[in-house]
Amino acid sequence: MIKNKYLILRRITQISLMTLYFGANAWGWTFITGNLSSSLILGTIPMSDPYAVLQMFAAGAIIASNVFLGALVAVVFYGLVGGRAFCSWICPVNMITDSANYLRRKLGFNKIQKRQPATRNMRYWVIALSLVISVGFGVAAFEFVSPISMVHRGIIFGLGFGWAAIVVIFLFDLFVLKNGWCGHICPLGGFYSIIGSFSLIRVKHQEEKCTLCMKCKDVCPENQVLFMVGKSSEQVLNGECTNCARCIEVCDDDALNFSIRDLINQKTKGDEL
Amino acid sequence: MKETMTERRKFFLTIARATGLAALGGLVWSAYVDEVTANSLMLRPPGALEEEDFLKTCIKCGMCVEACPFDTLKLAAPGDNKPIGTPYFTPREVPCYMCTDIPCVPVCPTDALDITKVSKPNGELDINISKMGIAVIDTKNCIAFWGIQCDACYRACPLLDVAIKIEYEQNTRTGKHAFLKPVVDSDFCTGCGMCEHACVTEKASIFVLPRDIALGKAGDYYIKGWDKNDEKRLENATSQTTKTELSKEKAIDSLNDMEGLLDD
Repeated sequence: MIKNKYLILRRITQISLMTLYFGANAWGWTFITGNLSSSLILGTIPMSDPYAVLQMFAAGAIIASNVFLGALVAVVFYGLVGGRAFCSWICPVNMITDSANYLRRKLGFNKIQKRQPATRNMRYWVIALSLVISVGFGVAAFEFVSPISMVHRGIIFGLGFGWAAIVVIFLFDLFVLKNGWCGHICPLGGFYSIIGSFSLIRVKHQEEKCTLCMKCKDVCPENQVLFMVGKSSEQVLNGECTNCARCIEVCDDDALNFSIRDLINQKTKGDEL
Repeated sequence: MKETMTERRKFFLTIARATGLAALGGLVWSAYVDEVTANSLMLRPPGALEEEDFLKTCIKCGMCVEACPFDTLKLAAPGDNKPIGTPYFTPREVPCYMCTDIPCVPVCPTDALDITKVSKPNGELDINISKMGIAVIDTKNCIAFWGIQCDACYRACPLLDVAIKIEYEQNTRTGKHAFLKPVVDSDFCTGCGMCEHACVTEKASIFVLPRDIALGKAGDYYIKGWDKNDEKRLENATSQTTKTELSKEKAIDSLNDMEGLLDD
């Protein structure tokens, strides 16, 4: 197996998707038009950001059938493949925060500051807050501040001062909080965590192979989901797992692998408890 | 006992901290959203909903921008000081060329660009009924008002002699010549901005503004004389009566009231 196979695949997916969007605007390509807020694939399949549509609904907009269908497609798709697959395979901000995190590991910041002073549940509060503000001000609140949109819109339609958003996220993740944006604040990530809670593609840990090197926990952007490593053989069922597969790649013992959610055993296990 | 107190204390402190942070974040966020959506000088693509509804409904996907064959439409980027991610155009740079098939409107997934606003009752597309804005003339700097024969805007207008007409008037300053003054008819002007683009003065003397900025409203107190149709406008008018209490004092007393005239 090629080392870092999934990492390379993810970068290819992220970059080629942005290239396709860019080409649609610049040269009239029709494979996928729009941007990550709302797209049209091959001129037929709509796909829209369900969180944006939810905010629009809260703001009191009339939801057109097209965008509603698009949101439904996204919910079903990410509901099956793993909600936060969006975060690690599609979202361009992932490349920014991953590089901040890489630098963090290389420079040894993680050794100075072991405990993180903020809760990862913050993102769910941000979702709630965004909906309250959407109702209050009659606009989709997060869409007007979202650095995710600033980045993908910037790549496709022109960046403006959007580079500042990139720098802010990079510096925040590097110096202030480990996995600060994607792992603590981003409400879109939180939203996909909820959608992906029941998704089918799951990382599976085999305890008997594990040598407790803890490389997986070191590299995982949401390492609370790997609580079972070295303790018990089970699937990573927490929706906050981004299916980025970094843990699979860094494991030298083949103790972590992709698997299909085991719906039957999960139930029997629940009965035993 | 001491143990339970600290747990209790910790619980309340956590709640207080969460509430405080939510209030802090919420206020900063609200203030920002209020500021960035406050720009009222936006020229939107054809068929756009009223600005308030447009800001609610536009998902900022940029499909209208991609559909525009003239690169008229742009998405507001950070630093443009416009509601971020929403489509707009700047007529002096690139006006709307009023495509008859209106490619920017049907691609809108949210109907923030409403196809019914640019369709005739029979469903046929008609760009000439779009209302993107309204052309306004600065009569001090428009050289036609100086007496120079310039009809650049008149000729550029896609609704030639309908949306912009030329009014002839004697030039009393020279006494020998005529003014050929352009006049915009707001019933027909679409706000495409081809006049602004064509204007020959250094800074355009005819320019497009959003309709709700540039147009006044007569209201229900006035009616056009000798015009039966204008009565329809007042069909839903409401009336308001006020009552002022009559003074019980005699009118003549007001002449003898010295209060206020004397010091102390």
